[in-house]
Parts: sequence; C-alpha cells; structure tokens
Amino acid sequence: MKFIDEYRQSDIAITLARKIADLTSQPLKLMEVCGGHTHTIFKYGIEDLLPENIEMIHGPGCPVCVIPTGRVDDAISIAQQPDVIFTTFGDAMRVPGSKTSLLDAKADGADVRMVYSPLDALKLAKKNPAKHVVFLGLGFETTAPSTAMTILQAAKDNVQNFSVFCNHIMIIPALKAMLDSPDLKLDGFVGPGHVSTVIGTRCYEFVPRDYGKPLVVTGFEPLDVLQSVYMIVKQIVEGRAEVENQYARVVYREGNRKALEVLGEVFEPRQFFEWRGLGSIAHSGMKLNSKYARFDAELRFTVPGLRVADPKACQCGEILKGVKKPWECKVFGTACTPETPIGSCMVSSEGACAAYYNFGRLSKIAQRSAV
Amino acid sequence: MTSTLFQRVERARRRKHKFTETHITLAHGSGGRAMHELIEGLFLEYFHNPLLDRLEDQAVFDVAAARLAYTTDSYVVSPIFFPGGDIGKLAINGTVNDLAMSGARPLYLSAGFILEEGFPIDDLKKILASMRNAAGESGVKVVTGDTKVVQKGGADQIFINTSGIGVIESSLNLSAASAQPGDKVLLSGTLGDHGTTIMIARGELELETDIESDCAPLQSLVTGMINEAERRDALSGLHCFRDPTRGGVATTLNEIALSSEVCIEIEEGRVPVREEVKGACEILGLDPLYVANEGKLVAIVSADLAEPLVARMRQHPYGVDACIIGEVKIEPGGIVSMHTAFGGTRIVDMLAGEQLPRIC
Repeated sequence: MKFIDEYRQSDIAITLARKIADLTSQPLKLMEVCGGHTHTIFKYGIEDLLPENIEMIHGPGCPVCVIPTGRVDDAISIAQQPDVIFTTFGDAMRVPGSKTSLLDAKADGADVRMVYSPLDALKLAKKNPAKHVVFLGLGFETTAPSTAMTILQAAKDNVQNFSVFCNHIMIIPALKAMLDSPDLKLDGFVGPGHVSTVIGTRCYEFVPRDYGKPLVVTGFEPLDVLQSVYMIVKQIVEGRAEVENQYARVVYREGNRKALEVLGEVFEPRQFFEWRGLGSIAHSGMKLNSKYARFDAELRFTVPGLRVADPKACQCGEILKGVKKPWECKVFGTACTPETPIGSCMVSSEGACAAYYNFGRLSKIAQRSAV
Repeated sequence: MTSTLFQRVERARRRKHKFTETHITLAHGSGGRAMHELIEGLFLEYFHNPLLDRLEDQAVFDVAAARLAYTTDSYVVSPIFFPGGDIGKLAINGTVNDLAMSGARPLYLSAGFILEEGFPIDDLKKILASMRNAAGESGVKVVTGDTKVVQKGGADQIFINTSGIGVIESSLNLSAASAQPGDKVLLSGTLGDHGTTIMIARGELELETDIESDCAPLQSLVTGMINEAERRDALSGLHCFRDPTRGGVATTLNEIALSSEVCIEIEEGRVPVREEVKGACEILGLDPLYVANEGKLVAIVSADLAEPLVARMRQHPYGVDACIIGEVKIEPGGIVSMHTAFGGTRIVDMLAGEQLPRIC
C-alpha cells in the first residue's frame, strides 16, 4: 500500500535499531503514552528489534482502559432505560462494570448498538424519533472533536431525542499526574500522535521544562516509533530535554485550531474525573457546558453515579503507570483474559495486558524457559 | 352432475402445482397445501433429482464406501446478497468444503430453510438458483429438505441449514491433530476477501471497493492435491486440511497448533492479501489473519510435498495464489507465531470475542 509500506520497511528498521544501539548502552526506560503505540510495538514486534538496554513502559493512553467501573455501570443503567438506543464504539462493549458489561446488557435485552462515528448515532436518532439515542462519548482530544461536531449538528437540526454520555478525557492533566507520581521512574516519552494532531506540541513543553524529560510526538507506523526512540535516546545522550515532533507530517505546533474551537464551544472541564487505576485527576475530564446541557445524558437520565473500587486482584493501576509489567499481575492470562477481562487493560487491543496476551507472550515464554 | 363436479375438483386437486405467490406467508410453513405448492412448485424445480423427486420424508440411497464424512452448518449471513455470492451459494459451498477438508468426495446434501413471513419469492428464487449452480459445480445433489416459516421478526429474512455426506475413497486420515514438526503450511490464496466484502456490503462504512467474496467449492482443488500426493506415492504426507472461515487463518492455525501440540511459525511477508483488503482492514483496524474466508484452504503437509503441491494448486482456478506461508516447529507447543514483515516476532492468538457477527 502506497504511503503505508514506506513506514514498514524492515531494512530501514534494522539500520535504525543499530543506530539506537550505537548511541548508548545505558539502561533507559521510555514510556509510550498512547495505546495506539502500544499496539504498534506489539503488532510489529518492535521490542525484538530494540537493544536490550531500552525498555518500553506502556502508558495510560488507552481511553477504553481508563474508563472507571462506576462510569461503565452508569452507561449500562442508561442503556437499560425503556425506549433508549445506546450507541458506542465497539471497543467499549466488553469493558467490565461492577457486575456486567454493555455486551451483557445487550444480551439481556437492552438496545445497545455499535457505531463507527457519533454522526451515525445522530442519524439513528433522526430515523427513530420515538426512541432516545444516547452516544457514549469516549476518548481523548482525538475523538472529542467529532462528538462536539455531532452535538453542534444536533443543535443545528434541533434534534430532541439525542444525547451524549460524555467520558471524554484530556491527556495533559493525566501526563502531569503521571509525572508527579512518586513511584514513576522514566527517562523519556514517546508522545501521543493522534491527540497531538488536535492539541499540537506546544502544550507538552512543560515536560522538559519542569520535569527535565524529553518527549517526542510520534506517528503510529513502526518506523515512526523506532525513529522516535532514536530521537529520544539521542536527546538523552546529548544531555538535551526538548519536545520534538517526529510526526510532523500531520502534527503542527499549534494543533488543529478548528477542532480546538469546537471543543471550547461545546465542552468544559470537570472539576475531577476518575481514571481506572490512576484515581481522580483534577480537570482531566470534559463535560457538556450549560449551552448544550440539553444534550447531556447525565442530566437527562438518573444514573447511579457511584464510585466503584477496582477489583482487588486487578493491578491495572500499577500496569498503567508502568510500575508493574502485565505478567506480574496475579490474574494475567489465567482469570483475566481478552475473553473474560477483569481489568480494563485486557479489554481493548490497545491495552497493555491485551497486547502482551495477544502478541507478546512468546518473548516471555522464551525468556522464562531461558531462566 | 355431482360426479362431474367431483371429478373436476379431484383433477384440480391432483394437478401439478404452479407456484405464483410473490411473498412467503405463514401458510407456506403450515404443512398444508401452500407448503406443498412451495415444495413442488419451487424447490423441486431448482433441485430436482431422482432421490428428491420421490418427496419421501427421507432420502434413501446406497453408498459404496468404507468411510463416510458427515457434516452440518447453518447460514445466517447478513446481507443475504453480497458481491461474489449470496446465502445460497455459501450454504452449498460451506458444507461442501467442510466435507472436502476430510478428503471426502461430497455426494448428498440436505437443505433446511427457515423463512421469515413476507420474504419475497423473487429473492428466494435467486437464492435457489445460486444453490443449484453451486451444487452443480461440485457435483452434489440436494436430496432432502425442510421448510419452516416464522412470523415477521421471528427470523431475519432467511436462514439456511445444510448437512452433507461424502465418501472418503482413499486411505487418507486428515486431522488437526496430525501436524508434525518439519511440516510446511500451505495456503491456497489471498486472505480476508469474504469477511471484508460482507463488512463493506453492510453499507455501514460507506466504503466503496471492488472486493468480492471468495466463496467457492474446494473439493476439486483438494482432489488435485490428493492425486498429486498419490502420484508420488506419498499420501501419508498429507496431514491436515482446513478451510479458514470464521476467525480466519489465525484461528485455524491455533486449532491445529493446540490439537497437535506443536508450534506453527508463519512469515507475514509470504501471506497473500489483496491490496483492497489490506486497505479496508487498515481503515477498520482489522487484521486479515482473523478475517473470514469462504474459498480458501490451509494444508499442513510434509516438507518434501510442499513445493509440488503448491505447483499443482496454482494450476487450479481456486489456487492460483497458493503459497507456503510457514512451517511446523516443536516448541513452544500450542502456539502460532509470526515473523513480521517489519523484522520482529509476535504471537498470533485465537480471535477473542466477536469480530464481525453473522459473517456466514
């Protein structure tokens, strides 16, 4: 495929990997913040190419993985209301709530449907005037603009039977919370790619300035990730800490002004929002502002709104912070599998545990048998 | 006077029925006259053969073989018509292929129809015609059948179940448990055509492509392979044949790796995938290894047979892209791994959850 194969060439990969190895033999821990990068790393076997001194830590940037149990329960309770069509991206269907998932609710008779875009949900609302269509807004600033655009469209068309259960979150407060966490020991960041197309690169400048860590905004093809690792390691070796942009083919320093305007028009920050495994983070969630409150499912429906503790056996929190590796969790691959996930990291293919389970077990098996 | 009326009515009652309805009604499943009209006026017209024409409750036939293969499958694909086929073609080829994967020559099929009230007869005719054509291509006969009609909403348009019987004429003993270290993994062609076609045919994605389902009968391809092995006096070198339908090649290979307690290693760079399928999968976030096929086979064969079999497969219209995609290793057992084209290695596990419901 043109414009894709160019970013997957193995000869360049091998050259890059060698160049990274030539830079230093110092042990370095780099975090890829974004679940998309985690997926790329495992899907293409990038860890096999990296020199042993470079360890990748898989960060919290998978929106499906960080949605807290209580919010899933709320979503299910909305879906179970009479005359509601509850729409969601496919990923979120299997996320476990405290008792069931949206998929279970669907099997129980709730009208839960998978859509590919919030606009499809709005279309569904127009087609079914006797029903109320709720869209589960989920994701970082990457997907939030499309939800915002849909709400603007619904307002313009004066659609009465459509609302959004908003769980959109922001990457910068989460990144700050991670950096402030005392048990975090990282040397640099493979910075988010798609999020940065919206928010730009300027907003990451606090990372080198206040925390002295390099951050390279990175694309999602395997060569992007390798090149980014090279750029981060080079900064470290040269004693620099800067924000660099490896993904310059789509990311600009100021981001996407139009998308940011739309976000500002529709959403406002929540005082607090809970992240699974990471706890409550100030100003990290988005909600509909008063101007668009009529499209806010939380105001239209009564939801339990309970804070539900993560299952004790599950160590998603430590895994999201990179403190623990997926296979160090007691239930990994036994009680917790992609078919029956306990923790959210096992649900989405972008979750660290699912990525390890699906793609990465082999190197673990090999390592263990070598011990 | 009375007797002429009686005779006239009786003649009419025994007349061969012409089927003129436009839609299926509940009466067509009632077991009464309307059902007889449907069977005699429509189903017989398409499937007629001496065994079916008797219209007994069962087909009775002789089989001259020591071993039989017997299989069943239900078809609920949505949409029922798609580029490259329809539910009828799928219902014949799917069952034919399940038989063929044992090395059997498919002989007879049953066909059970569950029809939704209101289903258009024109659509049913199209489906029956493509079943007839598919059966003709494979040389199988539909010898017994059943029809049920459910009320509107009780089923989605049409569901078909077919079962089939085939004879195994060679001494072959193909099984997922027979893969041996050193064996090669053969694939008959490009991956993911069927699943991608269905996904796009549903129209939810507003993508337009020229991809067609690969729905095809594979028994003549299998026969060619068996003949090639026999010619080399190496029948025992054929270890396992599978058609990778739901769950794709990844799931099929995992089943084989687990049953045989071996490791299957494949090379991503060797796995043929159409450019359009690659593109669609890229957009949808799917992996072609997990997408359904309806006209492909995976074969596990001894290494010395691999090249000649591939050459033979390539002469067949359904095997032109045949290739060796990997080999069987001892360790680690029960695992499928892949050397990525990028230069890394990863596990290829079974499909978790439902990637695409109602794909066949």
